[in-house]
Amino acid sequence: METRESAGLTRRLAVAAVSCLMVIGSFVPVATVMAQDCEWPSGTLQLMAPAAAGGGWDTTARELQRVLGEEGIVEGDVEVFNVEGAGGTIGLSELVSEHAGDENMLMVMGLVMIGGIGLNQSPVTLDQVTPIAQLTGEYEVIVVPADSPYQTLDDLIVDFEADPTAISWGGGSAGGTDHLLIALMAQQLGIDPVTVNYVAFSGGGEALASVLGGQTTAGVSGLGEWAAQIESGELRALAISGRADSADGATPVAEGDLGASIPTLQDQGIDLELANWRGIVAPPEISPESTACIIAAFDELNASEGWQATIEQYGWSNLYLAGDEFDVYLDEQIVTINQTLTELGLIG
Amino acid sequence: MDSLSNLADGFSVALTPENLLWALVGVFLGTLVGVLPGIGPALTVALLLPVTYSLEPIQAFIMFAGIYYGGMYGGSTTSILLNTPGESASIITALEGNRMAKRGRGAAALSTAAIGSFVAGTIATLGLTFLAPVMADVALNFGPAEYLALIILAFTAITALLGSSLVRGLVSLFFGLAIGLIGIDALTGQPRFTFGNQHLLNGVDVVTVAVGLFAVGETLWVASRMRHDKADVEPIKGSLWMTKDDWRRSWKPWLRGTAIGFPIGSLPAGGAEIPTFLSYSLEKKLTDHPEEFGKGAIEGVAGPEAANNASAAGVLVPLLTLGLPTSATAAIMLAAFQRYNIQPGPQLFDRNPDLVWGLIASLYIGNLMLLVLNLPLVGLWVKLLSIPRPLLYGGILVFAGLGTWAQSQSVTGLVVLYAIGIVGYLMRRFDIPVGPAVVGGILGPEAETHFRRAMQISQGDASVFVTRPLSATILAVAVVLIFGPRVWRLWQRHRGGNTGGLATE
Repeated sequence: METRESAGLTRRLAVAAVSCLMVIGSFVPVATVMAQDCEWPSGTLQLMAPAAAGGGWDTTARELQRVLGEEGIVEGDVEVFNVEGAGGTIGLSELVSEHAGDENMLMVMGLVMIGGIGLNQSPVTLDQVTPIAQLTGEYEVIVVPADSPYQTLDDLIVDFEADPTAISWGGGSAGGTDHLLIALMAQQLGIDPVTVNYVAFSGGGEALASVLGGQTTAGVSGLGEWAAQIESGELRALAISGRADSADGATPVAEGDLGASIPTLQDQGIDLELANWRGIVAPPEISPESTACIIAAFDELNASEGWQATIEQYGWSNLYLAGDEFDVYLDEQIVTINQTLTELGLIG
Repeated sequence: MDSLSNLADGFSVALTPENLLWALVGVFLGTLVGVLPGIGPALTVALLLPVTYSLEPIQAFIMFAGIYYGGMYGGSTTSILLNTPGESASIITALEGNRMAKRGRGAAALSTAAIGSFVAGTIATLGLTFLAPVMADVALNFGPAEYLALIILAFTAITALLGSSLVRGLVSLFFGLAIGLIGIDALTGQPRFTFGNQHLLNGVDVVTVAVGLFAVGETLWVASRMRHDKADVEPIKGSLWMTKDDWRRSWKPWLRGTAIGFPIGSLPAGGAEIPTFLSYSLEKKLTDHPEEFGKGAIEGVAGPEAANNASAAGVLVPLLTLGLPTSATAAIMLAAFQRYNIQPGPQLFDRNPDLVWGLIASLYIGNLMLLVLNLPLVGLWVKLLSIPRPLLYGGILVFAGLGTWAQSQSVTGLVVLYAIGIVGYLMRRFDIPVGPAVVGGILGPEAETHFRRAMQISQGDASVFVTRPLSATILAVAVVLIFGPRVWRLWQRHRGGNTGGLATE
């Protein structure tokens, strides 16, 4: 309690300090900090959240707006606007068809959009955009209610393998990250994903109610969404879809203490890692020079204390991956996800 | 008693002059934005969220409470005066409210909506104060089978809307059900009736359906009849304020609306629409003036408006006790909580008592502010109706278009609006009631989803609907509501040998 309050106070002081700096900053011209000879953005930066206000993409866009401004990475105005609908593909097609070549326009996107493109038979795909960076992600947790007979993932898997339809899984929309995780897990276990009894709910809230109320056997969702119920002991987390303690010194999984306390799927013999990641793309036809400038700005963002604090505050994981690396990763993800959705019979 | 002393602490936080100012700002902004069609409370809170980042958490939440209640009240104002509901919860209000406005009773309709909202909001906030943990436990027993039973109960409301001809009522209902099918199927992800149009994938928003049928359809109707009948709208007739009779007819619907709205609002998938339907059909059954229903009965405004507001307070029960956001606005409030490093849920009351109780206290204050701010303005609002008809209806058409544009941001949305508007005109022309279409559009997709979820969980065993006690009870109530009155009449006739009842059948 005390630590929480003092943390709050520190944050308020920090906000006050930053606002003061911003006021001073507006009177004293500050030299640009970018190493390259970049003049990006050349006007107001527009950030599109291709979903309704209040969701993950919207939150990411609004936090980017704040941090890019507060850290002085973008000196002009940053505007956020929402283009919702059809798994983000309405926003995607607007980005491709109406903003080609506009380097002052960026769009937040993520794993869900890849599935959304297939599910919504979108005429526009992610091959057409300019990938900038993967920013953050949330790992998925598999939970059962506290009074469930299943104590470990193994217990659950034994029954799941015996009769796949007998276990009902409550999670988010059909073809979304939650559904993908269960389908991928079924594949690993040699179970036909089509037989999985996945009950799609319109949001984490309704799915949570179905798990707490014992309507569904198990639940699957992003860790952040159900963290409070796991902490309070109402839900028992059986597995997290993060990386096992990597011996090769790869990027550590930073989901905070709670995430680290849950055994990963990999620890429990299922070779599967899945993060509901979010990233940034630019419209088509952006010159390599401008692309490099935008990437440099996001490198700077990722190095900033403000952004690290934001990531920690929301309990996200830092999955920063920029430029070509992100491009390659994106292509891999598109292949994996489309394959799984096809096996699920969701796309033809 | 613990709750009381906590609440007193909450008031001591919320009642400082500075915090009262934030409440006033919130209510004012909320009403202002809520009056705009297409901008409901959820979008209002989302738009204003960044404004509150520089405020203390408690101030931010006090402002939210004001915006939330203000937005809802603003929505019913346009519903009553212009027949253009801004959000799904105030669609039912338009049915009787707009008829009242046309008969010169607009101010009374606005007043009963405002006072009813206040009464319901206050009682429901009391419920939130004392019953939150109990309600949360009950809510978790509600699974898909129970929701389906509840929706079947709400479908009984349609009988109150059908009008004189069963066939016409059913035509309208099936039109609504068909519209409700458009879009991606929630359980399998397959598109239905989208004709390859991307903008139809998310379905047709029910507010668009209501605005199309009510406002656009009516505008076309009025335009087509312009030369025939002159007096259609009377701005003010009789007393501007609620008469003694209005009060007498309003207070019970307020209380009944609250009793329906709060528990259903507390359910994780309860929402605000079902209670408004239930309240409307209940008031129609209980009223002493059944002949006024469909022509502007004050009970038909008082009940649903109270139910709507009570369910809004009910939504906070799962949010605060379980960390479950069950409406768009609640989801945004959850995001706001997280912004302040606060995780709503089981431990919220222990970890941040000052904040929770401050928020609850500010709900009381926001409610009161709303009444103080809006009642004096009622006289001003109804002046809108004295605008000459061509200008008034031209304005309504512009508002309807703007609202749809704000929501869908696509030409397809506008085309759908006007297409539905033409259907609405034809329905008026052929005397088909529009109410069942709207109810079908809202309840149809929900009934389908919950039915299929229940069957999926039970692995195809349809007996779940009658073997689960809660579900069976609700279904029994629905059966009694549908067949009870008939059986009662038959029995009466049988006993008294009275054959006069036959003629009215």
